[in-house]
Amino acid sequence: MAPNTLTAAFLIARKDLAIEFRTRTAFFSAAVFALLGIVIFYFAWDPTAVSAIDLAPGVLWAIFTFSGLLGLQRSFGIEQADRAIDTLLGAPIPRESIYLGKAMANLVFVAAVQVVAIPAVQLFYGVPLLEHAWALASIALLAAVGLVAVGTLFSAMAVNTKLAEMLLPVLSLPFFVPIVIPAAQATARLLAGRPADEIVGWLKLLIAFDIVFVAACMLAFPFTIEE
Amino acid sequence: MIAARGLGRRFGGRVAVSEVSLSLEAGDCLALFGPNGAGKTTLLRMLAGLLRPTEGGGSVAGVALPGGAELRAAVGYISHASMLYGALSARENVELTARLFGVRDPREQAVRALERMEMSERADTPVRLLSRGMQQRVSIARATVHDPRVVLLDEPFTGLDDSGSAALAAHIASLRAAGTTMVLVTHQIAEGLALATHAAIMREGALVRLEKGETMDPSTYLGVYREHVTHGA
Amino acid sequence: MTTLSPAPSAEDAIPAKRAGIDLLFLVAVLAIAVALVRVIYFTPFEAIQGPAQKIFYLHLPAALDAFMAFGVVALAGIGYLWLGDLRLDRAAESSAEVGVVFTTVVLVTGPIWARPVWGTWWTWDARLTLTLFLWFIYVSYLVLRGAIDDRALRARYSAVLGILGSLLIPFIHLSVYLFRTLHPRPIVLKPSAPSLPPEMLTTLIISFIAFSLFYLALVRQRYRLATERDLLELEEGR
Repeated sequence: MAPNTLTAAFLIARKDLAIEFRTRTAFFSAAVFALLGIVIFYFAWDPTAVSAIDLAPGVLWAIFTFSGLLGLQRSFGIEQADRAIDTLLGAPIPRESIYLGKAMANLVFVAAVQVVAIPAVQLFYGVPLLEHAWALASIALLAAVGLVAVGTLFSAMAVNTKLAEMLLPVLSLPFFVPIVIPAAQATARLLAGRPADEIVGWLKLLIAFDIVFVAACMLAFPFTIEE
Repeated sequence: MIAARGLGRRFGGRVAVSEVSLSLEAGDCLALFGPNGAGKTTLLRMLAGLLRPTEGGGSVAGVALPGGAELRAAVGYISHASMLYGALSARENVELTARLFGVRDPREQAVRALERMEMSERADTPVRLLSRGMQQRVSIARATVHDPRVVLLDEPFTGLDDSGSAALAAHIASLRAAGTTMVLVTHQIAEGLALATHAAIMREGALVRLEKGETMDPSTYLGVYREHVTHGA
Repeated sequence: MTTLSPAPSAEDAIPAKRAGIDLLFLVAVLAIAVALVRVIYFTPFEAIQGPAQKIFYLHLPAALDAFMAFGVVALAGIGYLWLGDLRLDRAAESSAEVGVVFTTVVLVTGPIWARPVWGTWWTWDARLTLTLFLWFIYVSYLVLRGAIDDRALRARYSAVLGILGSLLIPFIHLSVYLFRTLHPRPIVLKPSAPSLPPEMLTTLIISFIAFSLFYLALVRQRYRLATERDLLELEEGR
């Protein structure tokens, strides 16, 4: 019996993660990029004019999108070599499972980079991010789901165009804005010790974004790979 | 087992395949010849359920084109690209395919498929480290692990040396003996004819000649091919 | 949901190239001229802002048409994915190119208006910011189109981006709006008219009709161009 959507998705996610684990190049590139970005941003501002605690949330989530893009680039890039994508397309699995599987693998990837980035921001900017670990993890998870939902779809599209690497950021970044704004605002309020309902308000926006775009991208995905 | 009626495919303005009709019974093997760009790959991809026809129709393994999961489950597709993940081992690649096709005991079937292709020794080597000939063998294992009734091969002999070609021909022969219906696209006319029950020539998207059995004499066919392809019909 | 995409055929083409002048275009240009005359000579000045406020009569209609144009892009995209008719994709393409021009007009007239009235070229006003993002979405749409040679693939991908872009707009609006309300700006005036006296409202309506006619005329011209280009590609057998 051919596997159902979820089973096939897990197979594909596992496959993607196994490949990444073997080579590890993309993860290291993204993690190092994140660290470099975090450091460079620190020096780009006058520390007497803007305090680190004000800068940190913005830097964290801006870097999150750029390093996320590095991981998203390779999501469908690995399928191009030797036309491995045809193995997936030729299998009796629902098309959505390819999207779901790759999105799940990308989610793990992005989360792993955040595990590196968040402590780095705490270290270099002197902000007590890890004290709010659970809340921050919720923000990070919701932001990552949105990033990955849109980025996986655009990765599938960009890989079939003439300008693949350049096109992915151009397509994706406008969509990352409604992720970065709530994430940064929620993080800033978290650090400032604001009441919980202010933070939850921003999280609700993220949740709404995630629901709408996971659904829309999953529905749109078959149109991007069917010939 | 395979039927095409006026099958056609356009890409934007370009006609890749037009008005192709053919019919193959279970166990038949069609050798498909033609110059590059004739539309052979496009035709094969339509039969494999990877590409939607823009004109005409047909059926493969009883499922009407363009078909869906049911059609894909009955087809094994081999291309000149290996369709393998270079970082994964041969066994992992075949096992993944087995799982994606819902094969029972996927690990065992993958091992057996590799055994049949005499790849057991290198089963745990990452595919990118294997020679082209070995990759093709793994690719055949991948494409047949789910026991498809139809196997479509697109220039599988590309890049193979003599011993690799001989091994591949032997595997195709054994598939035929097992009753699999096949379409084999190749530039090797003699090898193709030796393996096939039917022969066809494609040129500029159209099937210009189709025949079976007795008329397929290797010594004369080359002349026939040249006549159709270079002088035009 | 999707059906097979038919290739451009003779039926998609306009029957014969229309000789002579484009009547709709002429009417549209005249309408804009009429609107401009009305704006400059027959509309009273706004009390506080003075003559600079009159840019509003260009700014707002252009903005309305810019957003509506994207709505057309998205709807035509849905239509294309559903019916596979390339004419819908040509309509989307045309509306996008005209839309980006209108959006640019908004982004240019906005600062021209802002400078004398508020002393600054750019205000992160919620609506202007939203229009800025609309501009980015248009540009990414057009870049995507430019990056794909395969006609059917271009149509499909553009449709997907158009639909997703239209879903994005409300989220950008909400994010920016919440961002702004929690970050009160020093500038108190908002670049919109409070309640409009009748003459101003009439001028606004006239201007809106003129711009909309202009939009339609431009889209139609662009659509014809797209049809001919597709026919040409077909003949070249690409």
